[in-house]
Amino acid sequence: MLRVEEINVYYGNIQALKDVSLEINQGEIVTLIGANGAGKSTLLKTISGLLKPKQGQVIYEGRNIAGKAAQAIVKMGISHVPEGRRVFANMTVEENLDLGAYLRKDKAGIREDAEKVYGLFPRLLERRKQHSGTLSGGEQQMLAMGRALMARPRLLVLDEPSMGLAPLLVKTIFRIIEEINAAGTTILLVEQNAHMALSIASRAYVLETGRVVLSGTPDELNASEKVKMAYLGGH
Amino acid sequence: MELVQQLVNGISLGSIYALIALGYTMVYGIVKLINFAHGDVFMVGSFMGFYSITILDLSFFPALVLTMAACALFGVAIERIAYKPLRNATRIAALITAIGVSLLIEYGVIYFRGAQPEAYPGDVLPKETISLFGLSVSSQSIFILGVSVALMILLQFIVHKTKIGKAMRAVSHDADAARLMGINVNNTISATFAIGSALAGAAGVIFGTYYIKIEPLMGIIPGLKAFVAAVLGGIGIIPGAMVGGLLLGVIEALVSALGYSLWRDGAAFVVLILILIFLPSGLFGKNVREKV
Repeated sequence: MLRVEEINVYYGNIQALKDVSLEINQGEIVTLIGANGAGKSTLLKTISGLLKPKQGQVIYEGRNIAGKAAQAIVKMGISHVPEGRRVFANMTVEENLDLGAYLRKDKAGIREDAEKVYGLFPRLLERRKQHSGTLSGGEQQMLAMGRALMARPRLLVLDEPSMGLAPLLVKTIFRIIEEINAAGTTILLVEQNAHMALSIASRAYVLETGRVVLSGTPDELNASEKVKMAYLGGH
Repeated sequence: MELVQQLVNGISLGSIYALIALGYTMVYGIVKLINFAHGDVFMVGSFMGFYSITILDLSFFPALVLTMAACALFGVAIERIAYKPLRNATRIAALITAIGVSLLIEYGVIYFRGAQPEAYPGDVLPKETISLFGLSVSSQSIFILGVSVALMILLQFIVHKTKIGKAMRAVSHDADAARLMGINVNNTISATFAIGSALAGAAGVIFGTYYIKIEPLMGIIPGLKAFVAAVLGGIGIIPGAMVGGLLLGVIEALVSALGYSLWRDGAAFVVLILILIFLPSGLFGKNVREKV
């Protein structure tokens, strides 16, 4: 479905990604783990069009989307839930969801999808008319995910959905990610919480200072000494 | 009675400041640029209104609509040509460019039509004195206030109820997040310049019909005062610009009414200094806090 081929991405003179390649197949949950500053968010931003790679290609459903405008990429079916949620704090929950469906014109479909989002996150329904700046961190995460789903993505890109959330809430969020995946949306997940990420992923990539250093199934990665030491807290 | 009459004058003048201040504040809200050429869009608007009325022989409302449309295009052209290439440049570079654009428009107009002033025909709007609760108020004051308020209500409707309005609010809050929604940020910024410039154009026509005399450098002082009004209300906040504009007009009128009419231009800048010292985020401004 998506194939990243040897991309190099720079911030000014600093190279953030070096010859990174990765592949996501239809229906998978692929996770990307790595330390802070390894380039995970940079990779996601390159896929969703916020950054342009200097070299390399991003092939999505047979077309090279590298360097295309973000709005074109959303239209093609890739939605990105950014790190730190980035909800529109000055607007209500409802308005945030409306903006998620910005490119769509099928009013009935939009209403239907809003119902689905409220079904997935009943808390959002309770807070529909509330300004999203007043929501808790977990609720904002739900809103950010719901907002991305409103575009009816085929590939949902999630950046650190568990960041700063209480353990119980992290579990809820991961359960919902699995539900979204089961309903037919392919998922690319970036997580610091490698344990949780590997527990739901079909395949995983390990990123270290801008390079892919390991990849495989969760079982293979769990068995790797290196991953254990670096990301799963030793033992 | 004298005082109340001055208040009515102040509100009329203030509604003109408010219309100009809206453009300042909207543009600042979305691209964090103080568009110092905005007062000159107001000037261009008053000339367009003048030519629509005298040469095209239009009455007030068609002239107003035509001017607003033309100023919208003018504003978009300024943004695309002068500011867009500097989107990622330092703020000071953009600010200096804005001052350059301002001078270019002022002296461009002088180059093409000369520096001599022009007078709006006196019969654009009916001039009557209406008695209201024992006060005599000119029908023009009320008319101006009515048109300004109608435009502000229309703006609120656009910003809160339409798709482009929601996009504008989203971009001003977080441009990258807006991109991820599929919002075309460049078009949204252009739309903001279009709407702000249309309002400045409307203010120009209203100014001309009310104060009669227009000239190519007329945009400087009202532009600066509208900037003060925007800061007074809290720059980037739309209702703040409306209230700030009206308040500034009333303050000026009161300063005149107290017999210090020579000081009225100074009053605006005293207000600016006080606001910057005591309430830097303005009347409607909030201290922005981020949730981690």
